[in-house]
Amino acid sequence: MRLEKRAERSAAMALASPFIALGLTVVTAAIIFALRGIDPLNGLYVYFIKPLTALWSVEQLLVKATPLVLIGAGLAVAYRANVWNIGAEGQLTAGAIMAGMIPVMLPNWQSPLTLLLMLLFGAIGGMAWGSISAFLKNRFNANEILTSLMLVYVVQLLLDWLVRGPWRDPKGFNFPKSITFTDWQMLPYITSGIHLGVVIALVMALVLGFVMTRTLKGFEITVSGLSPRAARFSGFSQQRTVMFCFLLSGGLAGLAGAIEISSVVGQLQPQISPGYGFAAIIVAFLGRLSPVGAILAGLLLALSYIGGEAVQTALQVPEKITRVIQGVLLFYVLACDSLINYRIAGLSAATHVRA
Amino acid sequence: MTVPLLEVQDIVKVFGTLKANDNVSLAIMPGEIHAFLGENGAGKSTLVKMIYGALQPTSGNMRWHGKPIKIQNPAEARALGIGMVFQHFSLFDALTAAENIALALPEAYDISGLSKRITSVSKDYGLLVDPHAAVGDLSVGERQRIEILRCLLQKPKLLIMDEPTSVLTPQEAGQLFIVLRRLAAEGCAVLYISHRLEEVMSLCSAATILRHGKVVARLDPRRETAASLARLMVGAEVAPVKSVAVAAHSAERLVLQNLSLAADGAFAVALRDISLSVAGGEIVAIAGVAGNGQGELFDALSGERRLTRDQMLRVDGQAIGKMGINGRRKLGMAFVAEERLGHGAVPELNLSSNMVLTRHASDAAIARGMLVHMDQAEIAKERIVKNHDVRKGKIDPEARSLSGGNLQKFVMGRELDRNPGILIINQPTWGVDAGAAAAIRQAIVDLSRLGSAVIVISQDLDEIFEIADRIAVISRGQLSEALPASELTRESIGLLMAGAHEETSREKNHAA
Repeated sequence: MRLEKRAERSAAMALASPFIALGLTVVTAAIIFALRGIDPLNGLYVYFIKPLTALWSVEQLLVKATPLVLIGAGLAVAYRANVWNIGAEGQLTAGAIMAGMIPVMLPNWQSPLTLLLMLLFGAIGGMAWGSISAFLKNRFNANEILTSLMLVYVVQLLLDWLVRGPWRDPKGFNFPKSITFTDWQMLPYITSGIHLGVVIALVMALVLGFVMTRTLKGFEITVSGLSPRAARFSGFSQQRTVMFCFLLSGGLAGLAGAIEISSVVGQLQPQISPGYGFAAIIVAFLGRLSPVGAILAGLLLALSYIGGEAVQTALQVPEKITRVIQGVLLFYVLACDSLINYRIAGLSAATHVRA
Repeated sequence: MTVPLLEVQDIVKVFGTLKANDNVSLAIMPGEIHAFLGENGAGKSTLVKMIYGALQPTSGNMRWHGKPIKIQNPAEARALGIGMVFQHFSLFDALTAAENIALALPEAYDISGLSKRITSVSKDYGLLVDPHAAVGDLSVGERQRIEILRCLLQKPKLLIMDEPTSVLTPQEAGQLFIVLRRLAAEGCAVLYISHRLEEVMSLCSAATILRHGKVVARLDPRRETAASLARLMVGAEVAPVKSVAVAAHSAERLVLQNLSLAADGAFAVALRDISLSVAGGEIVAIAGVAGNGQGELFDALSGERRLTRDQMLRVDGQAIGKMGINGRRKLGMAFVAEERLGHGAVPELNLSSNMVLTRHASDAAIARGMLVHMDQAEIAKERIVKNHDVRKGKIDPEARSLSGGNLQKFVMGRELDRNPGILIINQPTWGVDAGAAAAIRQAIVDLSRLGSAVIVISQDLDEIFEIADRIAVISRGQLSEALPASELTRESIGLLMAGAHEETSREKNHAA
């Protein structure tokens, strides 16, 4: 079997690829369940279908999808420009620290402005953290994959130190946690289970979708990613694009961090995200590097989290299954994506004759 | 009758829906210099790649000394005794000549022994190459000699040369022909791919002409005229460019004054003290061997690299050396880059998106404020497709799916459509078939006669003499004085190409 380059990229394959990948992931999951001695059909049902059958779990799905969609949409834009921000998890953490600073420092300040400022600080924190990698790339040509990834661990340790040290709740029985946030330090809920962050994520993804398809900035990003030389010919600066992408994707990750601590988590603690920043990489690819596609892909990845919890409680499968499924899914998406630009050519049956 | 060295019989090669080779047959006798002629896109490269094992035919067969063979990969081709010198060299800049050659040899070599062999073979054939010189420091002609030596060391029976003279000065080309004739006299066959008809008529004893993937003629080129060969290649008469007498020159529109620009990287060329002025209604051609600063000059003129002083470049009296490319476009300048795919156009984007690429700053209909109006880009694209006869399979295909000639018509048309006051073109007809090339040259001449100033950077002397009013030569980043085309000959330009005008000869002269 050999891969042969197509003359044009296949639009059909670009759409079909995530579905083929999803199908293969389901098959793989079934095999994993079977190997553990679980009825594969039942396993798949508990993992992928059951969470969609009750209102409360659908609401939970939307809430879990919120950070994934926000970050995934930003990463989709960055990846379009060939800017490989792998450190969204760190930018999320930086955003949470910046946002959490307000209730920690001013616990008694309660006004709608409090929440607004927390969200803004969150975005600024993520932008600042992301801009480090952009600066290092522009100034020293340092590989942004490495710097952004390594900075994740730096900021996670910073958060760890903060909540164990200066920001620890004095009345918290020495647990490594900040004070719990209240009232206007928390996002309002629209329904019993859905908070305002869900709407923010949806709007952001749609706005980015518009930016990418209708504006000059979107064109600049697309061209920079496809052909840096042509981008220069078009008058676009590569360095500016790198900085813009890190500010955008970092800012959205930071916003997601602010939303998480002001909704689901409600305080600062060493762990504020079960790896949303990394799972969002899968969201970006699964969503065809399109911000709007990231909405659907974010929902699917959210399902993988919730399904993982479900099989853990119902079938005693370790929750690490979530990471396995997510990893397998990304693997298949990338594999199937190669078929967008290549087709499989049959091995030539001709015999091999040497003169 | 002797058995042909290589016989290619009824080869068919299909790419998707395109039949690149349609029942092509070809026979090469030992010791023969066989010309393989055809327009770009006729299928020459496809067939040659199959002979060299880099592609597999869809059907058909090949015989080597009369025995049927299948060549699965280039290593097998080399083992048979087939050597190939590519149009674009496959050498590593940072390695020496000897190291580059060692990499291609099937068996292990110690470099000092190999260097001696290189020196002896290179003396023997008059292909002077210093085995210890780093390839990055060598001229294109020298690099080509390394490629040829690399083939010769493997004692080839068939040497394939793909457009070898496109990167050489006339003098260097003459030296190459001596080597090729000598090889042929020793029994090595040469498959010579070219579209330069004079060369083929003087060098080759047999020719196969390909058009649209089919063989249209097998003949002895020595008995033909350039016109009859061109007719067979193109399938129609090629119209000569009609040029109206130059109108009284208007004021200088573009002035370069002591333009200097440091080299951008280890193997780039620094521009030194370039001065030139171009009047409205005038075409100035810049000749030169590839890699002497043409790309750098284009970047400096377009503003892709900004100059250090504003005074180095003046357009209609305004000093704009530090201005970026879009600012220059807004002043009525337009640019056509040498590399169509990946520089002048984004391969993966469709044609209307590629309209936006160079028009978003200067064309308010296509991009206003922050928004891009794709519907307007599409209208402009359709206009260009119609006016410049761009042939394509779909309404709005990706740029990469167009043939070289059609894409060149598109990127030229995209700029001509703006009626630019100043047009800078690098290699206007590089890799374009004769019919399209004539149309492009005519469009350039027509634009200049309307009062625009045009600079054409080209390596094609025929093209330069056809359209240029004045000619300057670039060599190692220095530009000779631009002289009226009528006062120059191929020979005098050839001398300038080799660096006769350079004021300083600090650099080592590698030339033989």
